[in-house]
Amino acid sequence: MSGHSTFEPKHPALKWFESRLPLVGLLHSSFVSYPTPRNLNYWWTFGGILSLMLVCQIATGVVLVMHYTPHASMAFDSVEHIMRDVSYGWLLRYMHANGASMFFIAVYIHMFRGLYYGSYKAPREVLWILGCIIYLLMMATAFMGYVLPWGQMSFWGATVITNLFSAFPVVGPTIVEWLWGGFSVDNATLNRFFSLHYLLPFMIAGVVVLHVWALHVVGQNNPTGVEPKSDKDTVPFTPYATIKDGFGMVCFLIFFAWFLFYIPNYLGHADNYIPANPLVTPAHIVPEWYYLPFYAMLRAVPSKLGGVLTMFSAIIVLFFVPWLDTSKVRSGRYRPLFKQFFWIWIAVCIGLGWLGSKPAEGGYVIAGRILTVWYFAHFLIVLPLLGLFEKPKAVPASITEAVLGKNKGGAPASAGVSAPQTKG
Amino acid sequence: MSTTMSFRSFLLRPLAACALVIGIGFAPALAAEGAPHPPREDWSFAGPFGKYDRAQLQRGFQVFKEVCASCHSAHLLAFRNLAQPGGPEFSEAQAKAVAEGYQVQDGPNDAGDMFDRPGRLSDRWPSPFPNEQAARASNGGAYPPDFSTLAKARTYEVGFPGFLIDILLQYQEQGPDYIHALLNGYKDPPEGFSLPEGAHYNEFFPGHAIKMPQPISEGQVTYSDGSPETVEQYSHDVTAFMMWVAEPHLEARKRLGFQVMIFLIIFAGLLYFTKKKVWKSVEH
Amino acid sequence: MFARREAWFGAKATAWGSAAVIRHKGKGTIVATSGTAEPTRRDFLYLATGAMGAVGAAALAWPFISQLQPDASVLAMSSTEVDLTQVAEGQIVTVKWRGKPVFVWNRTPEDIAKAKATELSALMDPVARNANLAPDAPATDENRAAEGAGREKWLVVIGICTHLGCVPIGHSGEYDGWFCPCHGSEYDSAGRVRRGPAPENLAIPPYKFVSDTKISIG
Repeated sequence: MSGHSTFEPKHPALKWFESRLPLVGLLHSSFVSYPTPRNLNYWWTFGGILSLMLVCQIATGVVLVMHYTPHASMAFDSVEHIMRDVSYGWLLRYMHANGASMFFIAVYIHMFRGLYYGSYKAPREVLWILGCIIYLLMMATAFMGYVLPWGQMSFWGATVITNLFSAFPVVGPTIVEWLWGGFSVDNATLNRFFSLHYLLPFMIAGVVVLHVWALHVVGQNNPTGVEPKSDKDTVPFTPYATIKDGFGMVCFLIFFAWFLFYIPNYLGHADNYIPANPLVTPAHIVPEWYYLPFYAMLRAVPSKLGGVLTMFSAIIVLFFVPWLDTSKVRSGRYRPLFKQFFWIWIAVCIGLGWLGSKPAEGGYVIAGRILTVWYFAHFLIVLPLLGLFEKPKAVPASITEAVLGKNKGGAPASAGVSAPQTKG
Repeated sequence: MSTTMSFRSFLLRPLAACALVIGIGFAPALAAEGAPHPPREDWSFAGPFGKYDRAQLQRGFQVFKEVCASCHSAHLLAFRNLAQPGGPEFSEAQAKAVAEGYQVQDGPNDAGDMFDRPGRLSDRWPSPFPNEQAARASNGGAYPPDFSTLAKARTYEVGFPGFLIDILLQYQEQGPDYIHALLNGYKDPPEGFSLPEGAHYNEFFPGHAIKMPQPISEGQVTYSDGSPETVEQYSHDVTAFMMWVAEPHLEARKRLGFQVMIFLIIFAGLLYFTKKKVWKSVEH
Repeated sequence: MFARREAWFGAKATAWGSAAVIRHKGKGTIVATSGTAEPTRRDFLYLATGAMGAVGAAALAWPFISQLQPDASVLAMSSTEVDLTQVAEGQIVTVKWRGKPVFVWNRTPEDIAKAKATELSALMDPVARNANLAPDAPATDENRAAEGAGREKWLVVIGICTHLGCVPIGHSGEYDGWFCPCHGSEYDSAGRVRRGPAPENLAIPPYKFVSDTKISIG
C-alpha cells in the first residue's frame, strides 16, 4: 500500500496476472519490502497482535452463529448448548468471550504506546483518528456481543447502557424506544443487537484496512520519534518485523491461553450464568472491565445528562489529541515532564477502572470525581501547556545514531547525510 | 494423580492461604453487608491439573437426586450426560436405568394428547415443578434456582490484590466455595436480628435471611461406599456434582490447555531464537 | 538422502536471504545475510519454527471443522419407537426419525402376494438396501419386510425418494406402492423402485422389535 511496488514477477502466469491486478505486488510492497524502522521495540508488535485478535474473533464468531439462537427464550440455552453438546463448542465460545477481553487488552496497550511515543502527531493524525474510530466500533461490538448470551448481566447491561440515551432532552425517550424496538429490552432488542454484532466486526475490518493504508502512507513511528532519514534507518518488513511480530503474537497467545483454558470465567460475571429476568436486577451491575473507567466517569457526575456527556467526551477527546499536544518533540522518551504526566494519567485510568467496579457511594464517588477531572485535565490543560513550558532532552539526529549510541555506549556514529527517504 | 495433588497442595495451598488473608483484608463491599467470606475448600477440580473425583460426583448425584431434585430443577442436564467421559461416568446401563426411573412428558400422540413415558438417555432431567410460578407457590414465594449453571453463577468478592493473585493461582472455585459454605452456614440468628416470616438464618447468604430451610442433615442419604454421612461430606459431594453440571467439559479443557501451553512455549522459544538469528547483524 | 535435503533447504534459505540483500543492494550494509555460510544449523532452526507454526495452524483449524459434525444432543436423539398397535391393516403411518419421515406400512395379504410374485429380474434395483442385512442381499420381499414369523406384513422404509430427496405419496402409482410427485418415480408394495428416474429402492433403516407390538428405529 505504499507507492509503487518493486515486485517483479518472474513466472509468465504471475506476470499475466500482475499486469491485470497487481495484488501480489501490493502485498509484497506492504508486508515484505515495506521499510520498517530498525529500532521498533516490542510495544510495536501489538498492531500485529490486534490483527490476529480480529481474525480470531471473526472466525470463532462465524462458527458460534452456526449454533446460536437469537431469541429471548432460547438464547441462554443455546449458548449452554454450545458449551455442552457442540464438538469443541466450549473452546470456541470461551475463545470468543475471552478473545474480546484480550482484544481490549491489546488495543489499550496499542493506544498507550501511541500516546507515549507521540504516534498521533503530524503527519499521523488521520492514522490516529482511524484508530479511535476502530476503538469506538470495538466498544459497540463488544457491548452488543455481551448481550447475546441473555444472562442477567447481558440484560441489565443492555438496559442501563441503552437508557443512557434517555438523558438527551426531548428526543431521548424516543431514541431509547427505537433502540429497544419496544418498551423494554426484549426479543426485538436481542435480534437487532445480534444483527449489528455480526455486521460491526466487518466494518472494523474495513477501517483496519484504512488504518493500515494510512500507516503505509506516512510510515511507522518509532521509539525515537525521529523519521527515518536514510535506508540505514530501516529494515525490510519481512523477515525482520514479521518474525518479531510473530514472537510477540505467540507470547500474547500464551497469556490468552492462560485465561482461556484455566480461568475462562475470570473476566466475565457470575451473574451472567443466571438467565435474564426482567423483574429482578442483580445487586451490583457492573459492565465488562474494559468499560469500567468510563462507567466510573458516568457515575462521577451528579446530573444524568452531564454524566452521559462526560462519558462520551472522554472518548471524543482522544480524537483531538494530535492538536492538543503542542510539543515539537514527538517521542515521550525525550520529554521528561511528559513522561511523568503520562504515567500519572495511566494510573488515573486504572484508578477509574477500579472505581468503576465499586458501588457508587461515599468515598468512591469523590475519588471518581477527582480522577475524572484529572483525566480531562491531562488532555485539555497538561498536554497543551507542556509543549510550551517543557524543556525536552536532546533528540538524536537519526534512528541509526540513537541505536548505535545506545549499543556502543555514547559515541554517535556519523549519521550520514543521504537523500531523505521518499514514501508514498 | 497423587503426585499432582501433592504438588498442588505443596505449592498452591500456602499461596491460596495468603490470597485468602489478603482478600479478606481488602473486601469492603461484602464486609459492609456483614457476610463473612466463604472458606476456600480443597476441590479436586481446582488448579491446572484438576479433575473431578468420579466417586464424589456419583455421591453428589445421589444427594442431588434424593434431596435437592425435589425442589431444584437442572433442565440442561441430560440423562446421557451421566455416562459421558469427564463426569460421574456411570455406565450407559446405569444411566439408562436412572432415566427409566422418571416419567417424561411426550407427545402429542395421534389423538392429540400429551402422555408420560419412561425417560430415555436423550431426555433432560425432569423439573420438579411445571413452571416458575408453581415452584414459587410451593416454596413460600421463593424460586429454587435451576442447578444447570448455578455453580458458575455464584461468587463472592475477593478484593484487591487477591483478585490479581487468583489469576496466577488460577483460582476459579468461588462458586463451589460459596455453595459449600451456604450448605454449612445455617445457624441460630444472633440476638437482635429480625428474621422475616418463613426465612432461615444463614451466615453466608447475602442478607442472611434465606427461604430455603436447611436442606440436608446428618445421615439423610445412605452412601454405599462407606463415605461419612455428614453434612460436611454431603455438601462437598453435591457441590462438586453441581460444578460438573455447570462445567461438564472442565477436564477436557484443562487437558487441552496443558498441551496448548507446552506447544506455545516451545513455539515461542523457537521463534525467539529465529528472531535472534534474523536480527543478528542488525543493531536495534 | 540427507545431503540432498540439506542442499534443498540451503537453496531455499539462500533465495530468502539474497532477496533481502537485493532490495538493499548498494544502499547499505545493515542486511548482511548469507545463505551458504553455515546452512545446517540456521536452516534447521527456520525449518523447525516453520513446521511448528504449520502444525499449530492445522491443530487450531480442527475445532473449527469439528464443530460442524452433529452435536451430542442430535446424536442422542437418533432412535424413535413406534407402537404398531396404532397401525391398522392397510394403513401407512409416517414417523419422524432423525428429522426424516419413515413409513411404517401394515400390508394386506394382497400387497404381500403382489410383492412376492415379482421376479427379481423385473426390478430396476436388485439389492435389498436393508440396513439390517448384508449390503448385497437381494431385493426379495423377505429381505425387504420385517424379519420373523408373522411380521412379514410390516414394511418399514425411509420415506425419501432415492432420486433427489422428495417424500413419495403412499398407496398410489401403477405398482400400488409409492409415487413420487417430484419426478414421477414409482415404487411397489415392497418399496422397490419400478420406474425411474430414482436409481435405488427405498432405504430400510436399522430397526428392531423391542416387543411384538413395538419397534425401535435407529
